[in-house]
Amino acid sequence: MSSAAEPAGPPFRGRLRVPSWVGVVPFFVYVAAFLILPTAIVVGGAFAGTHGPSLTNISALTQPYILDSFLHSVVLSASSAVIGAVVGAVLAYAVASGAPNGVIRRVVTSACGVLSQFGGVTLAFAFIATLGGAGFITLWLQEHGVNIYANGVWLYQLSGLILVYTYFQIPLMVIVFLPALDGIRPQWREATSNLGGTSWHYWRHIAGPLLLPAFLGCLLLLFANSFSAYATAAALINQGGLIVPLQISNALSSEVGLAQANLASSLALAMVVIVVVVTALYSWLQSRTARWVR
Amino acid sequence: MTALVTQTDAAARSESRASVEVRLEDLRRQYGSVHALDGLNLTIGAGELVALLGPSGCGKTTALRLVAGLEDADGGRVVIGGRDVTLLPANRRDAGMVFQAYSLFPHMTARQNVAFGLRMRKVASRERLRRAGEMLELVGLAAQSDRYAHQLSGGQQQRVALARALAIRPSVLLLDEPLSALDAKVRSQLRDEIRRVQLEVGTTTLFVTHDQEEALAIADRVGVMRAGRLEQLAPPTTVYTQPATAFVAEFVGLTNRLSGVVRGGAVEVRGVRIPLIAAGGADGPAVALVRPEAVSLSAATDTATGPLLGTVIALAFLGASSRVTVDLGDAVVLVQIPTADAVAYPAGTRVRVALRLDPVLITRDDATVTP
Repeated sequence: MSSAAEPAGPPFRGRLRVPSWVGVVPFFVYVAAFLILPTAIVVGGAFAGTHGPSLTNISALTQPYILDSFLHSVVLSASSAVIGAVVGAVLAYAVASGAPNGVIRRVVTSACGVLSQFGGVTLAFAFIATLGGAGFITLWLQEHGVNIYANGVWLYQLSGLILVYTYFQIPLMVIVFLPALDGIRPQWREATSNLGGTSWHYWRHIAGPLLLPAFLGCLLLLFANSFSAYATAAALINQGGLIVPLQISNALSSEVGLAQANLASSLALAMVVIVVVVTALYSWLQSRTARWVR
Repeated sequence: MTALVTQTDAAARSESRASVEVRLEDLRRQYGSVHALDGLNLTIGAGELVALLGPSGCGKTTALRLVAGLEDADGGRVVIGGRDVTLLPANRRDAGMVFQAYSLFPHMTARQNVAFGLRMRKVASRERLRRAGEMLELVGLAAQSDRYAHQLSGGQQQRVALARALAIRPSVLLLDEPLSALDAKVRSQLRDEIRRVQLEVGTTTLFVTHDQEEALAIADRVGVMRAGRLEQLAPPTTVYTQPATAFVAEFVGLTNRLSGVVRGGAVEVRGVRIPLIAAGGADGPAVALVRPEAVSLSAATDTATGPLLGTVIALAFLGASSRVTVDLGDAVVLVQIPTADAVAYPAGTRVRVALRLDPVLITRDDATVTP
C-alpha cells in the first residue's frame, strides 16, 4: 500500500473526464419536470384554499357524487382487471405452451404489444362503430332478432366502459404474464407425475403457488392501468363524472365558469394514493416471484 | 467417517426393497419420419446399473422417457418387475427420475422436495419428514435440508433430486444425463456418489449419457446406441477392448483408422500382421481400428522397432499420459504413452512407430489398398 511509490500520473491524458452521473441527468430532468413537479402541484393544490392552506378540498372528497365516482372507478378497474387477467392468463398459457419461437407466439405477442396501447378516441370510435346504437354488429344482430340494447344503451355506461377497457387489459395481461409462464419449467410437471402426482396435484402444489404471486401482481398492474385511464372514457362519455378521471376533467373545466382547480387536485391526490398502494403491492409480489423463478 | 457410513448404510437398508428386473421389449417410437427407437430390446437385471451411451439423437433419452411413462411407445412393451406398465400413466409407473437440471420445485426446501413424492403417496407427515431426512443424509445433504433450490449449488441440487427420486422407493431409478450441466470436478465426484448410493439402495437403474467416460466409470453394463438400436450391450471393459462394431470402437475412446489388407484371419497393416477381434469376412482391403495406446514410439535410430518412420507434429499433455500425433507421410496416427516417455519426442522429432499385436476390429467402409 505504498501509494508514494506509485506516481499518480494522469491515466486519461488528453481525454475529457466526465463524471458518471452526467449520463442520467436528462432522465432526472424529465422525471422532475413531468412527475415530481406535477405531483407537488397536485399536493399543493389539494391543500390550498382561497385564503391560504385549507382542508376544504380534502373534505369535499366525501361528497356523495364524488364518492360515487370513486366507487365507479374502483368497480370499473377491478372488473376489467379481473376479466383481463383471467382471459389474458388463459391466452398467455396457450401461447407459452406452443413453440418458443413459433409463428403463433410472435404474432400474438406483437399484436398484444400494439393492442395493449390501443385506447382513447380510436378505441372509443371502434366500439361506437361496431357496438354503438347504430353500430354494424348491433344492426346485424337486430336483423337476426337480437337486440342487445333492449334495456337501454349500456355502451356509454359503466358496463360499457368495462367491456371497452377489457379490450386493452387482455393484451396487457398477455404481455406482463408471459415471462412468469416462461419461468415454469416442463421438468416440474414431469417430476410431479413421476413422483406420483396428477395434473391436479401439479396445479395445486407446484404451478399454482409459483404463478399466484405473478398473477396477483399482474392483476394489480391491470387495476392501476384501468384506474388511471382517461381518454377512452372521455371519448365515449361526453357528460357527467362517472369515474374519477372524468370528475377531475369536470372540476378543471366547468361549463358554468366555476372551475375548481383545487378540488381537481384533491381528486388527483386521492388517485395517486390509491395507485401508489397498488404499485407497492405489485412490486412486492413481483419480487416474491423473481425469488423462485430464475 | 465410519460413523457416517454406518448411519447412511442403515438409512439405505431401511429404504431399500427387493430389486426388480426391467425389460424393454421391441420398443418403437417415431417422430414424423424419424425412428427415434427402432425396436429396442434391453433387459436390466435386478439391482443392475445399465448406462445407455450414444450421440445425440440416438434414442437413448427417448428410451428412458418411455420407461418413465413421460412419452408413449408406438410399439413394444415396458415390463417392470414382471408387470407390463406400457399403458400406465407416469404417475403409476413407480419409477424415480433424475432430470438433467433445474427439476427441483423452487418454492420448496430440499426436505419438502424430497418429501413431495411421499406426500403424493399419502404418507403421514411425520413419517414423510423422517424419511426425507434419511434420504438427504444418504446423499450427504442433511445440513442443507431447509435450503431452497437457488441456495444450493448445481451438484447439491442434483443430489437432492437423487434423494427425491429414491425417497419413493421406486422399482427403477432413471437418470437422464444428470451430470451434464455440472463442471468437470463436481461431475466426477457426483458420478461416484450416484454409484455409491445406487449400490447401497440396490435399485435397478438406467443411466443415460453421451459422455463415454461417465458411462464406462459408473455402469455394470454399457449399452451403446445408434439410430434407435443397441449396437452393443456389454461390461465397460468389453465395450472398450472388444467393440462389437466399428461405430462402437470409434464412439468409445479414440481410434486410429489404418488402411490394411485382410489375409488369412489377420489384418496386415504396413507390414505388421494384427489378429482380428472377430474372425470372418473375405480377404481384401480393410481399415484396421487401432487404439492410441496400442501404438508405441522409439527413437528413429532404433531400427529394431520396425520399418515404420514418422515425424511428431504435436504433443498433448494429459496428466499421467500424453498424446503424441505422428505424421507417417500418408496418414496421421495418434499415440498414447506415459508422459515420462513422451517428453523425449517434442514436435519435429523423427520417430519409429510400432503397432502392438492386440486384436483389432476392421471396417470396410472406406478401405483402400495401401502398399
